[in-house]
Amino acid sequence: MLDLSKYQSIGQALKDALDQYADEVCLIEADREREKERLTYRDFKARAHPFVTALQEGGFAAGGRASIIMTNQSKWLISAYAIFFAGGTLVPLDYKLTADEQWQLVKHSGASVLITEYPIWRQLGASAGRAAATNVQAILVTEAPANADLAGAQRWEEFRGAGEPIFVPRGRKDTACVVYSSGTGGRPKGCMMTHENYLEQCAPFPALYPLWPGATYLSILPTNHAIDFMLGFFYPFVSGAIVVHLRTLRPEYVRAAFPKYKITYVTLVPVVLKNLQKGLQARFEALSPWKRKLFNGLVAVNKALTRSRPRVGLSRLLLKQVHEAFGGQLRAIIVGGAFTEPQVLRFFYDLGISVANAYGLTEACTGITVNDLKPFRADTVGKPLPGMEVRIMNPAADGVGEVSVRSKTVMAGYLNDPELTAETIVDGWLLTGDLGRFDETGHLQLSGRKKNMIVTEEGKNIYPEDVETVFESLAVKEFCVFAANYIWPKRSMVGEKLVLVVHLEPGQQYGEVLRRDINARNKRLLNYKRVHGVVILDEDFPRTASLKIKRNVLAERLAKLDNATAILSL
Amino acid sequence: MRTLEQTTQEVLDLAAKHFQLPAGSLEPADDFFKKLGIDSLQTLEMLSRIENHFGIELPDYEVQGVSDFKTLAERIQSRL
Repeated sequence: MLDLSKYQSIGQALKDALDQYADEVCLIEADREREKERLTYRDFKARAHPFVTALQEGGFAAGGRASIIMTNQSKWLISAYAIFFAGGTLVPLDYKLTADEQWQLVKHSGASVLITEYPIWRQLGASAGRAAATNVQAILVTEAPANADLAGAQRWEEFRGAGEPIFVPRGRKDTACVVYSSGTGGRPKGCMMTHENYLEQCAPFPALYPLWPGATYLSILPTNHAIDFMLGFFYPFVSGAIVVHLRTLRPEYVRAAFPKYKITYVTLVPVVLKNLQKGLQARFEALSPWKRKLFNGLVAVNKALTRSRPRVGLSRLLLKQVHEAFGGQLRAIIVGGAFTEPQVLRFFYDLGISVANAYGLTEACTGITVNDLKPFRADTVGKPLPGMEVRIMNPAADGVGEVSVRSKTVMAGYLNDPELTAETIVDGWLLTGDLGRFDETGHLQLSGRKKNMIVTEEGKNIYPEDVETVFESLAVKEFCVFAANYIWPKRSMVGEKLVLVVHLEPGQQYGEVLRRDINARNKRLLNYKRVHGVVILDEDFPRTASLKIKRNVLAERLAKLDNATAILSL
Repeated sequence: MRTLEQTTQEVLDLAAKHFQLPAGSLEPADDFFKKLGIDSLQTLEMLSRIENHFGIELPDYEVQGVSDFKTLAERIQSRL
């Protein structure tokens, strides 16, 4: 990997990587079983530079913001590289949001350029939200059919300038990206990530999970997500490694990609890892009794031999068929985005497949702690990465308190929200809102959440405020949505649920009509955002002078109720 | 060649069958994530079934952002 301590910006590091590894393959793009493209770092540069020139000819300059809304593909990375080369700030947005939500964040970010794909543009272009995003001056659309009406956008492929672009240097403290950690229905949380955040985050990776020219990273998690941006773009590029994009997430093609491209690393969210486990278990159960006995014996031997540390070579020999299904080159599966149950991690480790269990949040760039696998510990999220100071604030008698972090990877703040920034970063410490303790070996064990939110197994952060809009004008005196764990703290990071708290009008009963209305509204939400029960509170909600609900005070009042009986089913 | 109406009806029938719902319980304007309460992996399974039925290939990115049956049927129609 390049020596990142020498660099001031990620744009500068990426620029050098393209020259240093010019002859190495950097990107493979496949559509199902067909390989569509294979680019070297030299090819990548040849594609990117005319795009930078065109951006600069259009007036895009230092500090300019450009948003990307695309699925994982080569043009995502080419566009991002171009934005950094021109000294701009990238605003990567989630392609899975609705068009209205995307426009809302594009507007909030102040981006002047929007880069997207034709299928997404069809939704965006038709959305009423477009009218409000007056900050957008240029829209570039990839892969549009020849006869398509682009509704004011330009073709990405034709957006090319002549002549060499001018590299625009940026400082370590300048904002490289604005990454939205949430806020589609409520208060947008645009994390301002500096160049230093990324450079410092990446520095310790080679010692833990090395990459080299020829090593392959399968990029499945959306690249707009902090994890894939780092592991599926920046880190492999500054290491001269290969990023593989599949353009499909259908399980059969993802499975086939492992042996086809000899994948070295992949990152999955817990729900996908669990699916993978289920599939493997079903295959093991289908073995004949004696084969299963033999297999279980080999697993037991592998388990005994890898007790103190992984021995990948040995595991590959012992459990050849399992490892061949994963391509035979897999070094680790990285799991992130949400909490993973220990039994799932244990299952893979016993097969000799290391699962790097880590903990982090967008506000701290990517990772805060990671399991070093010496020895493997399924019950913790590992030790702090080098350069991370992690402290437990106000620990209780059992050592559990709020996890807080101080490091060069902590964001500069939330875009246009100094109030929220001041609440989140106190005296230089980022308050994560997660509860945990350090055990005697220095491993962090997470045990719940202090903040009013839930994280699904798919790695989606759900904030109650973002769900409330669907219940607006509900025929009750007032209502509020909470994470049940926030009211009644539970020492767990799984099975988190939202509840709807309602204060009925005088004389009103919680009857069938109201229940049906709540259910009907609930169904308008995506399944993972739905509330799971109703809590009736017969008192006025505490409010601020500006009539906002004081959620923390209300939660304290609700905590006095018995949660076993207070939550009514829907 | 099917008309768009025929394609839409076939998509609705296939989805109802796939998720074991009574025939006729889905409408073209229904949002399939919300109506069926399914996640993206289940949607991919449904798409594979639709592809087999129509004998076409419908890339994930082509249907990215599509959440109602009517638009889905239009995307299928353009590939028939």
